[in-house]
Amino acid sequence: MSTVSTTSAADGQLRPLVPPSPVTLRINGQDHTLQLAPWTSLLDALREYAGLTGTKKGCDHGQCGACTVLVDGKRINSCLTLAVLQEGADITTIEGLGSEHALHPLQQAFIDHDAFQCGYCTPGQICSAQGLINEGKAQTEDEIRELMSGNVCRCGAYVGILAAVKEVVDAKR
Amino acid sequence: MSTDSNTKYVGKAPSRVEGPLKVTGQAKYSAEFSVPDLVYGYVVSSPVAKGKIRKIHADKILALPGVIQVFSHENVPTLAWFDRSYKDDVAPGGSPFRPLHDDEIKFSQQPVALVVAETFELARYAASVLEIEYEQEKHATDVEALREKGQEPGSGKTGYKPPVRRGNADKGLSKAEHRIKQEYIHGTQHHNPMEIFGATVHYHPDGKLTVYDKTQGVYNCQQYLKKVFGLSADKARVVNLFMGGGFGAGLRPQYELFLSVLAALELKRSIRLSLTRQQMFSLGHRPHTVQTVELGTGPGGELLGLKHKAVHETSRFEEYTENVVNWSGMLYQCPDVHLEYEVVPLDVFTPLDMRAPGAATGSIGLEVAMDEMAYEAGIDPLEFRRRNYADRDQNEDKPFSSKKLREVYDEGARRFGWDQRKMEPRSMREGNKLVGWGMAGGVWDASMQKAAAKASITADGKLTVSSAAGENGTGTYTVMTQIAAETLGLPMEAVTAKLGDTTLPEAPVQGGSWTAATVGSAVKSVCEALGEKLLKLAQKMDDSPLKGAKPEDVEFVNGLIRLRKEPRQSVVLRDVLQVSGEREIEADSSVMPNPLNMQKYSMHAHNAVFVEVQVDEDLGTIHVTRVVNVVAAGRIINQKTARSQVLGSVVWGISMALMEETVMDHRYGRYMNHNYAEYHVPVNADVRDIEVHFVEEEDPHVNPLGVKGIGEVGLLGVAAAITNAVYHATGKRVRSLPLTIDKLL
Ligand code: FES
Ligand code: FES
Repeated sequence: MSTVSTTSAADGQLRPLVPPSPVTLRINGQDHTLQLAPWTSLLDALREYAGLTGTKKGCDHGQCGACTVLVDGKRINSCLTLAVLQEGADITTIEGLGSEHALHPLQQAFIDHDAFQCGYCTPGQICSAQGLINEGKAQTEDEIRELMSGNVCRCGAYVGILAAVKEVVDAKR
Repeated sequence: MSTDSNTKYVGKAPSRVEGPLKVTGQAKYSAEFSVPDLVYGYVVSSPVAKGKIRKIHADKILALPGVIQVFSHENVPTLAWFDRSYKDDVAPGGSPFRPLHDDEIKFSQQPVALVVAETFELARYAASVLEIEYEQEKHATDVEALREKGQEPGSGKTGYKPPVRRGNADKGLSKAEHRIKQEYIHGTQHHNPMEIFGATVHYHPDGKLTVYDKTQGVYNCQQYLKKVFGLSADKARVVNLFMGGGFGAGLRPQYELFLSVLAALELKRSIRLSLTRQQMFSLGHRPHTVQTVELGTGPGGELLGLKHKAVHETSRFEEYTENVVNWSGMLYQCPDVHLEYEVVPLDVFTPLDMRAPGAATGSIGLEVAMDEMAYEAGIDPLEFRRRNYADRDQNEDKPFSSKKLREVYDEGARRFGWDQRKMEPRSMREGNKLVGWGMAGGVWDASMQKAAAKASITADGKLTVSSAAGENGTGTYTVMTQIAAETLGLPMEAVTAKLGDTTLPEAPVQGGSWTAATVGSAVKSVCEALGEKLLKLAQKMDDSPLKGAKPEDVEFVNGLIRLRKEPRQSVVLRDVLQVSGEREIEADSSVMPNPLNMQKYSMHAHNAVFVEVQVDEDLGTIHVTRVVNVVAAGRIINQKTARSQVLGSVVWGISMALMEETVMDHRYGRYMNHNYAEYHVPVNADVRDIEVHFVEEEDPHVNPLGVKGIGEVGLLGVAAAITNAVYHATGKRVRSLPLTIDKLL
């Protein structure tokens, strides 16, 4: 029999925490001033503080893509950046792309091609697809498959996702 | 489409009714409900697999401003005492795990404490520095090393059927002209739905709880809360409107439910608790399984004897079972069959049904063995299966209620171009890629459970149907809407489907591919009951052309109630509602499977999968370049969502065959790759052409809808077909999955 101990801080002392402070984020064209601990991720800021739960958490470690948002038009994993680092940036989430009665072309294409099942990876897929379109690189099916591979879909809706993204990419040409 | 059939939706391909909510981020998953004054929980997991908790030093973190409480076995209040209170609807035999019950550690990653704080960031930080001392004891986690210790399970869980035997398999095998005997292994797998397990508990001022939990069964969770915490039904409402994937992981109440409710009750506060992706490797798994299959054939390629044995682990406290080998006694005709099934108790958490539990495993053993046997006997693998076609379920000695597997074979072979295949391994190539074609198939139960539903229609012709079923991506909302709309002749837009809430009529857990059959039948039944009421009201109208008509004499189509025989004789449903003066008309109904039919018939869905792989000759990398999956599962209610289910199954099959495995470090009894980067699942670039086709079966016996369910059957045979295709490409037979490059080179 051996003893295992999970230890706290190296010297056994817990440092006083840095208190939350106001952070202003520009999300979907609107400023939100939130009281955040400095180590709050952009993802948690969106979901827990700004009330925008369309952006999903699938791993919190940059491994799944569910948390993809657009920052100044570029797709990023919002779990891998701190909210404070995005002050001044233009953040677009799924809520900013379209709404139930004014769907974005990607959103419509995802519905038409049944490019999801549970829908949990979907906002990330759609934001990622918009990022891919902004990059202007992917044209062929293989390129789209490759460049959409940062977004896991455990339901396995890849055939539909490819069809939906391809349709919108083609329409843009 | 003729205007005559506007409201005929069943069998068509409408888009998901909840699609707009999902693509705009408005669909609310359990950890997303906005509730005032939330506190946040964070779970601390045990790093040891077996032992005791000696001390939890909670005081240090409790001193941090904003940390509210640390729950552990040291301070948990007295709760229900007997095991049966912790048993849920789908619990296996044994003694269920009770979170924070005592100081004993039974498996690695066991939850040992819940830290509650004012913010998520604080709870997470405090949990990360919580100091806990453990006494570690010797554990055993290796099923392959301990396979000889297997025992036949006692009772197992609901639905478990002890393996059947018939004739004398050894004797049958001894007469065989060709024989094979091989061992097949696959590693542990975790469901890993995309949404992380979590719950939001709303503590109302009157002490009532609304629990938004990630679960495949709201009633199952409510029962659990009633029994464990002694809550009445009106105090514990459980809700799940959308589930970000389940695959079985949410069949049983998971520990986020227990912990969040415990904290809410103790603190009298609303709480949000999300697990981490890592912690989701402590919620149950598809067990690591070792199978042995022995087959022998006579001169015409007929199977003379079949033996199939499987051994996998269970926990020390529960006896988890699944039907792994039974399918081998019914998929092919064979007079002499010996099936065996054993479990080994180990220091791991109890395994948990994962998509096509048992069958997905068993079909790897049987269907790779069938391929090996075909080669041994020198017969084309598809032809070999045709020669051993089972026209009757020999396990139960019953006829099938319907079975179109022959048509499935024909259709699959035609679509794939199977007749172009050369039997010889390594006989097909494209550049430096070895090309291989393989096939396999499977069988899955067509089942139905008991369920209730409610329907109500308002004066403006809006219909609401409800049943506490679940929606985890399978299309339940859509299927309910289609059936309701068609039964009452309304446009789908006029129908609202409600589910996933214990204030609605009871439905079983979402699993076993029975939801469409069960909830669909309940919706149909309740809409028919409502239809009868509407007919009566219609008959009260002046000069009603429907006077004297019986329910079976009329039909509801395109907003009309009309005589079947004289369709011109009709009334407008809206007029009936207006004239009736009623604000709302309601009906309730419940359905059960027909025991007589179940006694008479064996009810099953079948499939066959044809696969092309390309293997890089130098690097051993494998790509699944083409898949044709043909399924016979009775009637298909929604072609679009059903196709997606089977597409998803194929991706799961690719995953099982080539990627997925949770690897245990037996020195620590701990999963090593418990995260989404190292637990490999396919991404978009891993998936190429997949073709899905349904051979529809008319089945009047299986249930009123003729539906067999398609959530699981599409997965069967995919992994085996890929394995067989890799053999065909390379000449190398790999019998251990996932089939990674190292096993091929
Ligand atoms: S949650 Fe950010 S990548 Fe998974
Ligand atoms: S739709 Fe469920 S994970 Fe992609």
